[in-house]
Formats: sequence, structure tokens, C-alpha cells
Amino acid sequence: MFYREAGDFKVSYADDSQTFPIKFDRYRYYVVLAVAFGLIPFLINDYWANAILLPFLIYSIAAIGLNILVGYCGQVSLGTGGFMAVGAYACYKLMTAFPEVSMFIHVILAGGITAFVCVLFGLPSLRIKGFYLAVATLAAQFFLVWLFNRVPWFYNYSASGQINAPERDTFGIIITGPNAPAWATYLFCLIFLTVCALIARNLTRGTVGRTWMAIRDMDIAAEIIGVNPLKAKLTAFAVSGFFIGISGALFFAVYLGAVEVGEAFGIQKSFLVLFMVILGGLGSIFGSFAGAAFLVLLPVILKVVGVDLLNWPTDIVAHFQLVIVGALIIVFLIAEPHGMAQLWRVAKEKLRLWPFPH
Amino acid sequence: MKKTLTTLALGAAMAAGPAMADLVFPDLSYRTGPYAAGGIPFSDGYNDYFTLLNERDGGIGGVKAKVIECETGYNTEKGVECYESTKGQGALIYQPLSTGITYQLIPKVTADNIPLHTMGYGRTSAANGEVFSHVFNYPANYWNGASGVVNYLLESNGGDISGKKIALIYHNSAYGKEPIRTLEELSKKHGFELIALPVDHPGQEQKSQWLQIRRDRPDNVVMWGWGVMNQVAIQEAANIRFPMENFIGVWWSGAEHDVMPAGAKADGYKAVTFHNVGRDFPVFDDIQKYVVDAGKAAGAGDQVGNVLYNRGMYAAMLAAEAAKTAQEIHGTADITAAMMRDGMEALVIDEAKMEALGMPNFGPTFNVSCENHGGPGLVGVTQWDAESKTWSLISDFKPSDTEVIGKLIEEDSAAYASENNIEPGCS
Repeated sequence: MFYREAGDFKVSYADDSQTFPIKFDRYRYYVVLAVAFGLIPFLINDYWANAILLPFLIYSIAAIGLNILVGYCGQVSLGTGGFMAVGAYACYKLMTAFPEVSMFIHVILAGGITAFVCVLFGLPSLRIKGFYLAVATLAAQFFLVWLFNRVPWFYNYSASGQINAPERDTFGIIITGPNAPAWATYLFCLIFLTVCALIARNLTRGTVGRTWMAIRDMDIAAEIIGVNPLKAKLTAFAVSGFFIGISGALFFAVYLGAVEVGEAFGIQKSFLVLFMVILGGLGSIFGSFAGAAFLVLLPVILKVVGVDLLNWPTDIVAHFQLVIVGALIIVFLIAEPHGMAQLWRVAKEKLRLWPFPH
Repeated sequence: MKKTLTTLALGAAMAAGPAMADLVFPDLSYRTGPYAAGGIPFSDGYNDYFTLLNERDGGIGGVKAKVIECETGYNTEKGVECYESTKGQGALIYQPLSTGITYQLIPKVTADNIPLHTMGYGRTSAANGEVFSHVFNYPANYWNGASGVVNYLLESNGGDISGKKIALIYHNSAYGKEPIRTLEELSKKHGFELIALPVDHPGQEQKSQWLQIRRDRPDNVVMWGWGVMNQVAIQEAANIRFPMENFIGVWWSGAEHDVMPAGAKADGYKAVTFHNVGRDFPVFDDIQKYVVDAGKAAGAGDQVGNVLYNRGMYAAMLAAEAAKTAQEIHGTADITAAMMRDGMEALVIDEAKMEALGMPNFGPTFNVSCENHGGPGLVGVTQWDAESKTWSLISDFKPSDTEVIGKLIEEDSAAYASENNIEPGCS
């Protein structure tokens, strides 16, 4: 009824190839952007920013990054935590070495450095595939965490081995540190997420994305039709690393403010982001958002319902959380192996036919 | 449906109404995960003491204390969530029982004007109140602990440990790394050799570290562990037949649950402490009467008198006394977090007060001041007796090497001040 293409005429190629060809979709997208940029910054408080929105935005960037590598290019990676750590430590070193430079530049540079490291660890992907590649990236994870624990230069020789984000600003607005206003940190992350998602969406719709998908679907066939596997795989690692690096930098500098590499960027972080991608939907930008929202919000919602509303003991709720999240992951994988993005696709398909499905 | 929702909302509003007047003490606890064994007794002690005050005295200065528990799982991200969700409810003081979360909260509490008490953990240089205005770590900190260990070894070796080998087995995190700097300084001063062996989170895997200990044959092993790491280390030490009396842990590695799994082999294991052990104090009779027997104990109620239960109770007692001090200073029973901070800075713990609280000789006497947020740093030593399953104090509370520690605190807090543009000083 509302959701259909009938009457929505495309008169130019640009119209035809736009990201959201259906009018309803397009308007929904504009409304989401308007609310996110125009409304939420005025309503946000510390709790919403630090407990819900910042982790959601930051994990979304990480999930998009990993989705490019795993979902679009088919290269399984368990090194996400380590690569986020590269972003965080790069950002820390830049922040402390050049305090007067804008945070935007630090975060982008941190992404660039991570992209470079990610390409280095992606080189073996030309020879090894599947599970073996997963093991190689797992090695990257452990190596990077060990490195940041081991070499004091990375944490500026601080006694505890922790890195702490000093107060830094961009255009005179404080972004990091305890005095940063909630709306500023939120908008800062939102801008990065929006730009990353746009870049990712357009990359995956263009030549580069198609070569990635060709490699994913069958690398030998792709090679025969003229896709250069070296270029395709390494660009996927680079772009993925860039996004993951940005998310790591934001995770450290804007969200947590102080980070201990083993605790914040351990193997469980790699799994968490991988779960987000798998639950959300492999090979879908929307799926990255859905997966991040699901895994960030679910524990908070369970806590609010269990502890604040039902007054259950906190340990029971914490245990239930593990049970429920675990069960939901299994149910999802059985009922909808293509993730939440597929649910959304099916729902849209149904909506298009509604109310006359036959 | 609509009606039930309205009643629910009304009920919530009514419940929230009088709750605003309570003195709120958030308890960022962890009853799940690899560190739960230590988190549970501490949190039980913390909760039970406030329950006791409410039941026996009708609260603090006539105002009921309210403990809001929030599960962190020793995880920094959840710690931030807990902090943000409780700070709006009038939180007076935070005690996260996690060095990682402490590092995160230090700048936040300072900006939000809420005091943070990290008793025997956290950032050691917070003892310098001129730089860390809202962070307190009295009565003792990690560096006191490290120096206490060395002093004890000096004492038991006739004052000379030069040429000895001491291995430090530590949790590879901010917590475990904290004593290294002090131990390095002390090794220079006393001429012992320090071998540092990191154990990664969560600490179940220690075979290689203990293999190295077996090969290097250190005279003493010092442990800076927490959670499951302690039990594994003591078991491993027993497995390589390392003499337990030469194995000494920090106060976070010296509770019943750490030594019980190794059974009789753990006999003789030592740990430093900054408060007394056992339940031979009048306050426990009150807790039994008003809290446990009344069925109001937190958790399973089976931890009363354990080392970490005592520590949680001690932490709660210091918070309650600071609240009382704040009430006196500001002449109002309904204090805010800012007043609480003043109360903590003016806190005086003397023997008469401890006696009146039913805790004679339970902890040191001390005065907090703006210059000194760290207390006296007295360190005692306890030893485990596997037969009677008790910890007992074998060395009384003695001062640590303030000359070395004071210099390090000065250095580290100055670095923090310059990093964060803080003008040190007392206002």
C-alpha cells in the first residue's frame, strides 16, 4: 500500500542507480538522518550517549568494516579486536604527539594506519583460505595485543600500561575527556558512521564491490573473468582495516577514555563483532547496523527489565543474559541463517504485495 | 492494559519519590565471570553493613542508606554503563573494586563532582589529593603493599635480602603492573633480583610461568593476582612443590576461596593485608542478629567473616563514617556527593570510633587530609592454616617505605597533572 514502486518513474540514469530507488525507502532514510542529526542531539543525556548510542554507533562502524571483509569479500577474519587496538593506539600516539591537531584528522589517520597493518596481515590471504585464514588472523589478534602490552613506547611508558585519552577538541568543541558534552561525542561518532556507511554502500555497489563479491563467490572463476585477486583481496583488507581502525580510535578516545589492551581489545571483541555481522546479515550494510544494535541493546534492555523493573538479583540477570543472548543466536542461525537483513528484505517484499498477496 | 500501565507508572513515581531522600551508595559489583569469587564476598559485606545501619540505627544520621547494585562482570564497558545509569540517582560515592574501571572513572567523577574511593586498588598516585581531588585510596595502596611485602621479607631474613631472587607473578593488566615500578626501585635499594612474570586474563593458563619459576628457583614468589588466577597459581605452586611459606600474595590474593582448592597443600601460604581477619569482632554479632538472622543478608549469606567480606564491610564502614562526617560539617542529614567528598577529606578514624563501631583494632587509625588521600599505608601479614581453615595475622601492621613510595607518587601524579592540565593545590 505505502511501499511500492508503482507511479515512481525514473527519468535519468542517476535516478535509476540511486541507493534507495523506492520512494518510501528514500524518505525513511531521510527521516532517520533528520532525527539522528536534528533531534537526538537536543534530547541526549550522558546515560543515553555513553551506555547506548556511542557503543551502537562505534560497533556499527566496526561491523561495517568486518562485513566488507567477511560478508562481501569472503575472507574470514578473527583479528578485529587486534585491528581495533591498532586504531586506538595509533589515535593515542597521535593525540599525545600533536595535541593541537583536530580530532577528525587523528581519527582518520588512525584508520589509515590500521588499514596499512590490516593489509600486512591480509597478505597471507592470497595463499591461504577459509579456516586457515581465520587462524592466521587469529594470530594477528594475539600478536597485536601482545605487542601493545609488551612495548612501552605504545603506551608512553605509563606505569600501569593503560592509555588515557587526554582532552582534545575539534573546531573548539571538546570531543574527548570527561568534560566533553554528550551531544558533541554523539555527533562526532555519528558523522563518522554516516560517512563510513555511505562510502561502504557506494563501494559495494561499484566495480570494487563487485570484484570482492566475485572473489567471495568463486575465486578461480573470478580470476578467469579478469578479476585480479591480489588487488581485490588487499583492497578489501585495506577498506575493512580503515573502518575498523576508525571504530577502535573512537572506542578508545570518545567512548571509554581509558583502555587496557587485553581487556578492551581481546579475542572476545573479535567474536562480538563477528557475531554482529553474522546475526545482522553477511554482505549487507543494513545488517551491520541491525547486528550492532541487537548486541548492544539486548544486554541493556535485559538489565533494565530484570533489575530495575522486576527487582531480580543482579547475578541472576547477568546469567540470564548469557542464556538469552546465546539462545537467540542459535534460534536466529536456524530460523534465518541470512540474518536480520534477510528478515528486513522479506518484510519489504511482503509489504510491497500487501494487502493483496496473490 | 492502560490502567495497569498507569498504576505501574504511579507506583514507580511513588517509589521514586521518597527514594530521592535516601543516601545512595552504588555497588558496582561482579557476581559473575572469572572474578566473581572475589566480587561476591566483597559485595555481600558492602551490602550487609548498610543493611545493618538501616536496621539497627535507622540509617546514617537518621537517613536510610540505599545500595543500588549493578553488575559489571569486571568489564570496563559494563562499568561505564553502570556508572552512567546510577550517577543520576544521587550516587554519593563509587567503589568499583576494579582497577580498570577506576582508571576510566577518575576523570569522569572529577568532572561530575562525585568522590571515588578505591581502597587498596586503583591508581596509587591518587594518594596525592592535590592532583586527584575526588579520588581517595586510604588506608593503603598497592605500593604500600609491595613495600610491605619487601619489608616482611627483610624482617624474616634478618634485614638483608641482597642477592636474593624474587619472582613477581602478576595479572597482565593495569592492576598487576601497578607494583612493578615500586618493586624495581626497592630491588635497587635492597639489592635483590626481580623477575616479572605476566599472566594473561583470566589467568587459568600458568604452566609456562611456573615452569620458569621451577627453572629459576627464586627464593620468594610474590603474587599480584585476582579472581581465578589466584587459585590456579597456588595449585601450580603446590604442583611444583614450591615451599608455600616463601609464597606471598597481595591482599587481593589472600582469601579463603583462593587457598581452599589446593587443600592441605596450600598450608602456610601468606598474604599481606591492611585490615584484620576473622570474625572475632562485636560488629559481627550485630550483623548476625540484625541482618543474617533477619533474612536480610545479601547474596547467599554464607560469606560473613571471610577476608573479602570483611574488606567489603570495612569499605562500607569508611563510606558511612565519611557520610557522617559530611553530615556534621554541613549540618544537614541529606548530603550531596560534593558534601560527601568534603566528609571523606575530613575523615578521622581513631581507636574510640572503631571501638564504638564494634571493630576494635580492625584497621589502622588515620586522618585524611587534602594533601594525603592515601592514609597511613600500614601493612600486616596473614598466613593460611589449612587444618583449621583460617587466616591469622602473623605480623602486625607496620609502616611501609614511605621514602621510596612518596617520591614515586609525586612523580606519577605530576605526570597526570601535566597531561590533564591540572593545577595541583588545595582549595
